[in-house]
Amino acid sequence: MSILLSRDTKIICQGITGKNGAFHTKGCRDYGSKIVGGVTPGKGGTDFEGIPVFDTVKESVKETDATATMIFVPAPFAADSILEALDAGISLIVAITEGIPTLDMIKVKRALENSKSVLIGPNCPGIITPGESKIGIMPGEIHRRGTIGVVSRSGTLTYEAVDQVTKQGLGQSTCIGLGGDPVKGLNFVDALKLFEDDKNTEAVVMIGEIGGSDEQEGAAFVKAHMSKPVVGYIAGLTAPKGKRMGHAGAIIAGSEGTAQEKIEVMEDAGIIVSRSPAEIGETVAKVIRGRTSL
Amino acid sequence: MNIHEYQAKSILARYGVPVPKGKIVTNSKDAQAAAREIGGDVWVVKAQIHAGGRGKAGGVKIAKKLSEVAQYVDEMLGKTLVTHQTGPGGKVVNQVLIEQGLSIEQELYLGIVLDRRRSRLVVMASMEGGVEIEEVARKSPEKILKVVIDPLLGLTDFQARELVFGLQLPTTLTKKATQFLRALYKAFTESDASIAEINPLVLTRDGELLALDAKINLDDNALFRHLDLQEFYDPTEEDPKEVEASKHQLNYISLDGSIGCMVNGAGLAMATMDIIKLYGAEPANFLDVGGGTTTERIKEAFKILLSDANTKVVLVNIFGGIVHCDRVATGIIEAAKQVHLKIPLVVRLQGTHSDEGRAIIVKSGLPIITAGTMSEAAQKSVQALKERGA
Repeated sequence: MSILLSRDTKIICQGITGKNGAFHTKGCRDYGSKIVGGVTPGKGGTDFEGIPVFDTVKESVKETDATATMIFVPAPFAADSILEALDAGISLIVAITEGIPTLDMIKVKRALENSKSVLIGPNCPGIITPGESKIGIMPGEIHRRGTIGVVSRSGTLTYEAVDQVTKQGLGQSTCIGLGGDPVKGLNFVDALKLFEDDKNTEAVVMIGEIGGSDEQEGAAFVKAHMSKPVVGYIAGLTAPKGKRMGHAGAIIAGSEGTAQEKIEVMEDAGIIVSRSPAEIGETVAKVIRGRTSL
Repeated sequence: MNIHEYQAKSILARYGVPVPKGKIVTNSKDAQAAAREIGGDVWVVKAQIHAGGRGKAGGVKIAKKLSEVAQYVDEMLGKTLVTHQTGPGGKVVNQVLIEQGLSIEQELYLGIVLDRRRSRLVVMASMEGGVEIEEVARKSPEKILKVVIDPLLGLTDFQARELVFGLQLPTTLTKKATQFLRALYKAFTESDASIAEINPLVLTRDGELLALDAKINLDDNALFRHLDLQEFYDPTEEDPKEVEASKHQLNYISLDGSIGCMVNGAGLAMATMDIIKLYGAEPANFLDVGGGTTTERIKEAFKILLSDANTKVVLVNIFGGIVHCDRVATGIIEAAKQVHLKIPLVVRLQGTHSDEGRAIIVKSGLPIITAGTMSEAAQKSVQALKERGA
C-alpha cells in the first residue's frame, strides 16, 4: 500500500520530447513506472522510444486511460499545461518545472479549487512509491519499500533523508517532494492526512525549510488529527533574514517563517525534530524501535 | 527583483497611480535644473538605494532653495548609507530622486502581498501610514484592513470601496481613492510584482492622493515576459560575488563565517550551513550549484568561494541523484588543480556512484579530505579550520 501512486498508475509525460522530459521519462520507465504516453503539441502521431505521443492531453487520456501526468513543459507554458491536464480529468498532476510565475500559479490554484485532481509541485522532485512506480527526477535506487512516509519541500535534502532511512534498514511507503515555490499544489497538511489514512504507513518524516507557514499548519494537523509518530527536520537555522535561499519560497520575511519558530511549533505538536540533518534516519529508527518494543 | 523607488513610481504612473512630480539625477549639476523644471519652492531630495529606513540615515532631505537641492545631492552621491535594512556594510548612493514638496494632511498605507496560505493576493490598507507596517501588524493588527482577491475577478469595486471607507477619508475622495486602488492593483498584476507598498500614501491639503513613497519587488520568474522591466536591474545594488555567481547559474549568498560550502540543492545547502554551525563554526556562504553539476560550474563555484578572503576551508557536499558522483569527483579534481586550491578541501559525496567518486578522489593524490556522512564532513571541516588557527 502507498498513497497516490502505485505500480498500476498509468502515466503520461507532458513535454516528453524535450531534453528533460525525454531523459526522465526513460528513467521512470526503467524504474518500473507505467508510462503509457506523452504529449507535445504538434508532434501527435509520432512516438518516443515506443511511447505514443499526442497533441493534447485529452487525446492521450482517451487513447491510454492515463490518470497521472508528469510535466516538464518550460516555465512560460507550464501553468497552461497544468490547466490542460486538469481539464482532461487527470487525477494526479506532478509538475517538475521550475520557475513558473507566481501569478500564473495563483490562477492554477483557483482552478484546482473545485476539482478532485491533486497537484504536486511545481518546482519539485516528484513522487515515488518504492519498488512500484515513480513520477519525477529522484534517484530510485536509494529508496526501499517500507513503512515510512516522507514528505518534504526540498529535493536533494529529501534524498539525503531517504538515504539515511534506508541505511537504517527501514523503507518508505511513499515519498513526496512538495516543491520550493510559495504557491504550490499539495502541502504538508494534505500529505500528512494521506499518510495518516494509509494502512501501510507506520511513521512519517516531514522535512521543511524557512519561509511561509506550511510547516506550522502541518504541525497543527499533527497535533489535532495524527495518531502516527512524525519525525521532522527544518533547514535554514543559520539563514539570514530577507535573503532568498535558492527556492522562491525560502525567504524569511520580517519575523515570520524562521526555522526556530517552525521547530518550536512542531515540537509543541509532538513532532520529534532532529536538530542535525545527519540524524534524521537515526531518529526515525529510534521511533520505530520504540513502537515495536511496546 | 528589487527595484528603486523612482522605478517603482514610473511603473505606477504608467497605470495611472498619482505620484509626485520628480526627476532622477546622477550629478549635482543637473540637480538645480531638475528642481526648476519640477517647479514650486520646496523639494524633497531622496537617495535611491534598495533599502528602507533612508530618512533616519540622512538619505531624505527637504530643500527650500535651489542651492540646497544641489548641496544635498552633492552630499548624498557616493555616500554609503547604513540603514536597518542594508546590513552593516551599507549601500552606496549612485542616483538621487528630486521631487516636488507637498503639504501633507494625512499619511496612510496601502500594500499588496501574496498570502501564501490562501494562495491569493491580499490588498491591505491602514490609517497608520508612514510607519513600519510590521510594527502596526504586531501591535494593533486590527488597524490593518485586508481584502482577499479572487484571481478570476480581480479587485472588485465593492472591495475597493470597503477599504476606502475603512480609511475614513472624506466622502468627496471616495471615487479618487477607489481609482487609486484599482490602478495600483492593475500595476501589480500587469507587471508581475511580488510585493507593492505605498507607504505613505498621502492626502495633501488641496485634497490630492499621491504615492509619496513606493516599494515594488518583481517576480524573477515572470521577468521573461517583461523586457522593459528587466532594464530596472541594478547590479551595483547586489553583492558582486552574487552577480558573478548568477551569470554561471549558481545560487550564491555570501555570509560572515569561515567555511565555504558548495552543495547541490537549496535545501541541502541550508542543511549543510546548519550542520557547520552545530559543530561550532560558521558558514561563509550559501551556494547551490544546481542539478547539472559540470566541471565548468564547479570551477566557477570554487573561484567565487575563494574570492572571499574569509573562506578558510571549503566543504563540498553533493548528493548524487541524476548527477553521478564519479563525474562530480572528476570535476572537483580538475577544478581544484586549475584554481590552485591552497586551503583545506573536505569532500562528501553520497548517492549515485559515490564509492567510485570517493575512489577517484583518493587516487588523485590531492590533499583532499573525504567524508562519508554529513556529520563527518562538518566535523572534519571544523577540525581543519581549527588546525589553521582560525
